[in-house]
Amino acid sequence: MAAHMSGAGHEGEFAAAPELPAILPPVNRRRGLAGLIARSPGSSIGVAILLAIVFMAVMADYLSAIDPARLSPIARNRDPSLQYWFGTDMLGRDLYSRVVYGARVSLIVGFLVALLSTVLGLIVGMFSGFVRWTDSILMRVMDGIMSIPPILLAIALMALAGSSMTNVIAAITFAEVPRVARLVRGVVLSLREQAFVEGAITAGTTTPMIIWRHILPNTLAPLSVQTTYICASAMIIEAVLSFIGAGTPPSVPSWGNIMADGRALWQVKPHIVFFPAVFLSLTVLAINLVGDSLRDRLDPRMGGKG
Amino acid sequence: MLHYILRRVLSTVPVMGIVAFLVFSLLYLAPGDPASVIAGEQASAADIERIREQLGLDRPYLIRFGEWLWHIMRGDLGVSVFSSIPVTQLIVQRLEPTVSLMVYTLILSVLIAVPMGVLAAWKAGTSIDRAVMTFAVLGFSIPVFVIGYLLAYVMALKLGWFPVQGYAPLSSGIGPWLRSLTLPALALSCVYVALIARTTRATMLEVLNQDYIKTARAKGLNQFPILFHHALKNAAVPVVTVIGIGVALLIGGAVVTESVFVLPGLGRLTVDAILQRDYPVIQGVILLFSFLYIIINLIVDIVYTIVDPRIRY
Repeated sequence: MAAHMSGAGHEGEFAAAPELPAILPPVNRRRGLAGLIARSPGSSIGVAILLAIVFMAVMADYLSAIDPARLSPIARNRDPSLQYWFGTDMLGRDLYSRVVYGARVSLIVGFLVALLSTVLGLIVGMFSGFVRWTDSILMRVMDGIMSIPPILLAIALMALAGSSMTNVIAAITFAEVPRVARLVRGVVLSLREQAFVEGAITAGTTTPMIIWRHILPNTLAPLSVQTTYICASAMIIEAVLSFIGAGTPPSVPSWGNIMADGRALWQVKPHIVFFPAVFLSLTVLAINLVGDSLRDRLDPRMGGKG
Repeated sequence: MLHYILRRVLSTVPVMGIVAFLVFSLLYLAPGDPASVIAGEQASAADIERIREQLGLDRPYLIRFGEWLWHIMRGDLGVSVFSSIPVTQLIVQRLEPTVSLMVYTLILSVLIAVPMGVLAAWKAGTSIDRAVMTFAVLGFSIPVFVIGYLLAYVMALKLGWFPVQGYAPLSSGIGPWLRSLTLPALALSCVYVALIARTTRATMLEVLNQDYIKTARAKGLNQFPILFHHALKNAAVPVVTVIGIGVALLIGGAVVTESVFVLPGLGRLTVDAILQRDYPVIQGVILLFSFLYIIINLIVDIVYTIVDPRIRY
């Protein structure tokens, strides 16, 4: 759309009539994996990284030879070596094992928060959209929750609930639900005006059936994008919470905790912070890439070629 | 328009009320009994009961909420359990680094992100555009403390251009103050720049495709005034809105950035309060930040109804 405009931007080059598109070259769509990668390199990279991280999390028991919790006081703060691939931390724990196990924590928190907040947000959003008298109350409450910056809200809930992985998941979910609820409500309200839904109502279709047949399928597309982003943001919030000491218990090898352990020494032993940081960033990046390509497919306005 | 502004101002009241209620419930539900903390180790059960009555802790939930609300409206946020200093005083002491960091980041981000987004939209589909979009994805993906450590390692530890950590107050001079805040602000700005640049690009793409831009080009106007005068002005509303919404990212990020760079601001206050389970302080900071966020977005909404004559309510 805008691509040819920018091409004609230089002075004097502007043609009186909009330039006709050159005859399109014959489309030679490659099939199979190679074709898929060529068509959307971003999401392919994302999926590849994500699969690798999932593999790492699932196979953690086999990938690491050393128990991530084992202390070896004689081997503290070692630099990366053949024995300790990523070095050791200030208690002599093997960082490679800890980082590998850390993938489990991040993935579990990310996926569970995404799933739970989507389901809860869907319920709240549907309620607001269909049971009209609950709408103003529910939406004011959602606005209230959304006015507290999510990280702060999660911090507050964690301070209240005490550190455990369940509490981390619950706290982040609580902070993310309003975003889903708002989205679902918006979709429901616009769908209700559509002829096919009005038709279904007139024909006497019951509300649960309308939700199931007409509303839900049309909500899933925008919701899937939102869910991916929530997964990515949940992983970041979990790491932040652990990093400042309000997340998973210090004994759990989560990437945020490993970084928190390395904080005091980062100027002399930067590798302790470096390895979990790289893995965390790569994982979040992978999920965001998948989310972006989903979004581009559904809403071409935001990204892509313009 | 005045009617709209008034309505918009009033609409923040219930939201603020709900935030206050949520934050109050937080303290109410907090484990531990403030009365026994204040009474000390050797206090008898009767002493604790007396203090409980003095503090009004024995009264019903909603009445206590009402009283608490009355107190915060007069600027009384309670007393820190840990240091016995009024929370308001603690907040005022820690305000300068945080406000400096946030304002610096805001200015820096807008100055970097808006031209970036305009450039990407103008050169849509080219490698410049792809570079900007790649930066945006990275900005969203790399957590602020990771960027913080990276910047501190390269630009402070290795190159020595900036102090590694610590804060130089404004009273020690503008130079040291700016130097101590540059790395934290750069780290904090990444995600914000990504957000603003992306929105700027998207809205600019739509605007650049409209007829009056074609007319301006047909008149033979230079590219620069077209982009920044004709187009950006009309793309401003979504961009300004996202700047307002992004303040939430800024607030959350500030807490972490202050930990990385050891800045004595509100973020440090919050983190210390969590470790000490100092609920009144946590409550006060969250309340402050949330109200700040609500008010900033209120101002944003009102400003563009005044600035943009197309918006009529």
